[in-house]
Amino acid sequence: MMQINKSAKQLLAPIVSNKRVGQYHQIIINVGDVAAACKPGNFVAISVGGDSSRMVLRRAFAISRVSTSSTVGGTMELIVAPHGQGSKWLCSQGEGVVLDLVAPLGTAFGIPTEPVPVLLVGGGYGSAPLFGLAELLNSRGCRVDMLLGASTGSKIYAPMEGKRSVNSMRIYTEDGSMGSSGRVTDPIPEIIRDLNVAVIYSCGPMPMLAAITKISNEFDVVHQCAVEESMACGIGICMTCVLPVENEDGSTSMLRSCIDGPVMDGSKVLWDQVGQHQ
Amino acid sequence: MTALDFSTTIGNAWFPAPTFTASGCASSGRELAQFFPLRDMGGVVTKSVMSKARPGRPTPRMAETPSGMLNSIGLQGPGIDAFLAKDVPFLIDQKARIIVSIAGETVEEYSTLARKLRSVSGISAIEVNISCPNVESRGQVFATDLETSKRVIDGVRRTIGGELPIIAKLSPDVTDLVAIARGVVDAGADGLALINTVLGMVINVDTMRPHLGGITGGLSGPAIRPIAVRAIYQVHAALPNTPILGMGGVSSGKDALEMILAGASGISIGTASFGNPTAIMSIQSELKQLLTDRGFTSLKQAVGYAHRPEQAQ
Repeated sequence: MMQINKSAKQLLAPIVSNKRVGQYHQIIINVGDVAAACKPGNFVAISVGGDSSRMVLRRAFAISRVSTSSTVGGTMELIVAPHGQGSKWLCSQGEGVVLDLVAPLGTAFGIPTEPVPVLLVGGGYGSAPLFGLAELLNSRGCRVDMLLGASTGSKIYAPMEGKRSVNSMRIYTEDGSMGSSGRVTDPIPEIIRDLNVAVIYSCGPMPMLAAITKISNEFDVVHQCAVEESMACGIGICMTCVLPVENEDGSTSMLRSCIDGPVMDGSKVLWDQVGQHQ
Repeated sequence: MTALDFSTTIGNAWFPAPTFTASGCASSGRELAQFFPLRDMGGVVTKSVMSKARPGRPTPRMAETPSGMLNSIGLQGPGIDAFLAKDVPFLIDQKARIIVSIAGETVEEYSTLARKLRSVSGISAIEVNISCPNVESRGQVFATDLETSKRVIDGVRRTIGGELPIIAKLSPDVTDLVAIARGVVDAGADGLALINTVLGMVINVDTMRPHLGGITGGLSGPAIRPIAVRAIYQVHAALPNTPILGMGGVSSGKDALEMILAGASGISIGTASFGNPTAIMSIQSELKQLLTDRGFTSLKQAVGYAHRPEQAQ
């Protein structure tokens, strides 16, 4: 059984900046020393709505990037889509607002010991944590190629500086409004063959992760995916964010995506059984 | 100024503080131990354990509601043997005081679980969670039926002997809670845990189907607190000598004090820990301050204080 991230801490952390980037908000938070403990894939759980809020649960957000050399001390960047009540509240908070957060939480993307070719696949704003990951993989000598997909162009998150760490970046939209028309999973088999990809890293909606797993299984490529399952606590005590995962002996365990994830081995997740009776 | 005596007792079990986790809201205790020493609260009430390992219900298992949440976990757990081998030793190692919560599908299963716990050292009390479907009675929840509730508690009492305190956890979804409380106390319960979650449901208006995988779920959080206060007040009025572990949406020291004044000897914190991992610690220090501010020198003086006659101070 996995245990909670040993570096997890609860702290009060001020917002350094909050900028709108297309359909998303880029929120930078001063988290001090905690920044150094955050790894690509980890997430943060933030209390939302203020003291008199009727929202009693924390909201989990992927940590897209951390900086430890910034002039304000250690910072954490989040890319947030103002969809629900909690994320709308967070996106409306300005510089100086102090957030109650718990970080770093969950598992991190595993980094190959050898400098192998890797493919990063992001769906919608799920691409955000992939840029920090790309920097790390690039610094280890890996060839990094990236695929980004969304239903429409305005939902693609691809910051200009993000392109620096990747060898290539291709964009796919279902309506063809940006990049190529089609699904982000369409070109994966060809890329695996052409570039001899050893590891696929993915982050985005569950159907996309399931579709990538099918391809990675077929080509016998390692698939590390960051899952998205709704959570009440983020720290492993509520048992709501479970996913069916295959054990070594072939049996199934309902594992918590906040403790055993969000980064999981895609080939072990029983995607067809998500939401089914065990 | 004399120091506040913050201790409480349930049956023959003594706790240095009246603050506990709520069963099913602290997993094995390992996760909260990352945020504060478990021995600093009154005790850990473990997740209700059953005879065998259970996968629980399908997702979605959760829906946030105004000032609360619905959950439908379905008692996912490792089963009693793995629980006793792994979780209990960890809690003992942390010097936490332990209340083991048990759940069964038959009257017999509760007794079987009690038999396994009888010889385990380091346990302060047993919570009997009777808000489970009785497979021998078309899935009717034990806690909604006086006779089966009594049979469960009687079976556990006979198996466990006279030593370990038994706390019966009752459901508020009944017509006459006092009758059930009286019944389980007559059958051998030393204390009562009030209240379990309130049955609720959410329908997703986009899919136009029930949101939860389990269709219905248990409502918890501040939304149910007035129901809990009412339940504690009514039961304490009828059974003033039976200790009550109060719970249902406690998220501040003020909320905890409200339940103590209604008649609770201890407080369990559940949903508040989901929103704030250190909620139990802040509730504890706020409660101490509130009791001191009101001139109480012990927690016990405040238990049921709202029941005092009109002319009293």
